[in-house]
Amino acid sequence: MADVSLRKVIKRYDDVEAVRGIDLEISDHEFIVLVGPSGCGKSTTLRMIAGLEDITDGDIMIGGDVVNDVPPKDRDIAMVFQNYALYPHMTVAENMSFGLRLKHYPKAEIKARVTEAARLLDITDLIDRKPKQLSGGQRQRVAMGRAIVRNPKVFLFDEPLSNLDAKLRVQMRIEIKKVHQKVRTTTVYVTHDQVEAMTLADRVVVMNKGRIEQIGTPNELYHKPETRFVAGFIGSPAMNFIPCRLEDAGGTLQIRLTDRIAFALPPARAARYNALPRTDKLLLGIRPEHLTEAHAHLGPGVETFDTVLDVTEPMGMETLVYFGLDGTPICGRVDPNAGAKDGAPMRLAMDLNNMHLLNEASGVVL
Amino acid sequence: MSSVTMDKAAPTRPVKYGSMSRDRTWALRWSYFFLTLFAVFSLLPPIYMLITSLKSSAEISAATNPWWVFHPTLDNYVGLLTSNQFLRFFWNSALVSIFVVTITMLISVPAAFALARMRFWGSATLATGVFLTYLIPDSLLFIPLFKVFALFGDWTGIQLINRWYVLLFIYPTLTVPFCTWIMIGYFASIPKELDEAAIIDGASWFQTLTRIFIPVALPGIIAATIFAFTVSWAQFLYPLVFTTSTDQLVLPVGIITTLIKGDVFNWGQIMTGALLGAAPPLIIYAFLMDYYIAGLTAGATKG
Repeated sequence: MADVSLRKVIKRYDDVEAVRGIDLEISDHEFIVLVGPSGCGKSTTLRMIAGLEDITDGDIMIGGDVVNDVPPKDRDIAMVFQNYALYPHMTVAENMSFGLRLKHYPKAEIKARVTEAARLLDITDLIDRKPKQLSGGQRQRVAMGRAIVRNPKVFLFDEPLSNLDAKLRVQMRIEIKKVHQKVRTTTVYVTHDQVEAMTLADRVVVMNKGRIEQIGTPNELYHKPETRFVAGFIGSPAMNFIPCRLEDAGGTLQIRLTDRIAFALPPARAARYNALPRTDKLLLGIRPEHLTEAHAHLGPGVETFDTVLDVTEPMGMETLVYFGLDGTPICGRVDPNAGAKDGAPMRLAMDLNNMHLLNEASGVVL
Repeated sequence: MSSVTMDKAAPTRPVKYGSMSRDRTWALRWSYFFLTLFAVFSLLPPIYMLITSLKSSAEISAATNPWWVFHPTLDNYVGLLTSNQFLRFFWNSALVSIFVVTITMLISVPAAFALARMRFWGSATLATGVFLTYLIPDSLLFIPLFKVFALFGDWTGIQLINRWYVLLFIYPTLTVPFCTWIMIGYFASIPKELDEAAIIDGASWFQTLTRIFIPVALPGIIAATIFAFTVSWAQFLYPLVFTTSTDQLVLPVGIITTLIKGDVFNWGQIMTGALLGAAPPLIIYAFLMDYYIAGLTAGATKG
């Protein structure tokens, strides 16, 4: 077990910079998830930690030692791949023990470790089968078992659940979390699925275009995003961004969304945004759950407006409503009994206590 | 579909627009027709050989129906199988083929692995280059190669020409490029993550090759083995040029040079010898056919 540090790590392929100088400190026992859209450099970063890709510049340290030029087998890491990468001609036990056998561990210890890992992953019955006789979920367990028996300093997961169907993915997500709670090995996990990132991680690293956008706990990223990219990437359905501007009206600061809709800001928000130039082009960021049906008794900072719904999506425990404000498509979440219908008018409430204000040009959350 | 819109008065007969089963039936008929034609075409020579091998010389030269045996005899078989000379050819052929297959595999498996996986400068060009060498016909190469071995003999005093083992140096020029090419395709079809997993598990390149790639690519390796065996067993031009003494000859050349004396063709024994010579590849094909097809298709579609 060990901590992992990335210092100004750069990866360049010919003239394309895939990873543009990232700094990351991962402490011992931590579960870190790298998340971002495809091509954001998350897999490249993971492969550089594994040693499967050379780094162009910077330093990678595992357990305090710089491993830039250390080959993968000497980094004491284990990796789980998206397509499992099980050795097709070996049984489950042989797959799991391959690394130990290469290192000439005593037979008794190999057997003990394989048995223990199989028990932990609940694959004891499958130990003599070949990979082709296993289902996708079972194969993924074996791939994890192969990592666990090595007892490495760091686990690396490269989109391990992407090949599984939705139901199995949820199940395996919980399994992975359980395994981490038991073995406590430092883990770096790559995914493009923000739900996976939020549910598994101690801290999430959101990457975009080869840079780190923000590092934080799932809650920090959700409630205090620093950039428009993070605000839009984390959360499903995604946060709404509505063009707006600030204006002063009768001694209070208000936010104008359209010609007919303007809301007075709650005092805390007004104080925070008061210094901003009134001419700036801004975006109001509001999550769908803060756009609900209007109740008779509204709390402070909750403002109502009337709109006509375009489409409604009943999800069971909630109904998603879609409408437009001056051409900006917006999504809200209302109670299934609120009477939302396609094409029907509806009065909605916006909770401005949970609003975000962004600079449209820079994408920075203000 | 169109019958619905047809005039009610017209006779309503269900129109069959090229139904699936009818198309299939005709496709099957045509394929059987051409397959039969092809089978007859390619089986006629061996059948003729078999018929002739069962005849005495007198019957072969007699003006009777060449497609019928009136007095079957095994004299030709007994004669050849008890002749030390013929058994010597057989033995030489077997030695050459086994050694060539071994040498070919020892060279082309690691070569294909390196070309398919170790991305070094110029590896793609080199892979194409390997294949291009296979396209040079042996009829173009035998004279320069002969000169090379003659010069080698002059310089070192080690005489290779007219020794059966000279063929061990020559045949791999044919087999190595092709086998390497087949296996590059096969190795390339193995997912990259498999060797990455092995490397992370602590395997060296050599261990990755021997413990992962060779077992996984076994069908491709068997296909390449069969090819190398067939080429070395059936090669004619090179042994004809490089070996002359009867104790150094391999089967195809041996049959021709010893059973044709001047202008006397010993047809019965020639046919028998050719049939017996065709037996080993046939047996190997029969046993490894499934692997051979699997190997060729895998190399073809994913290479």
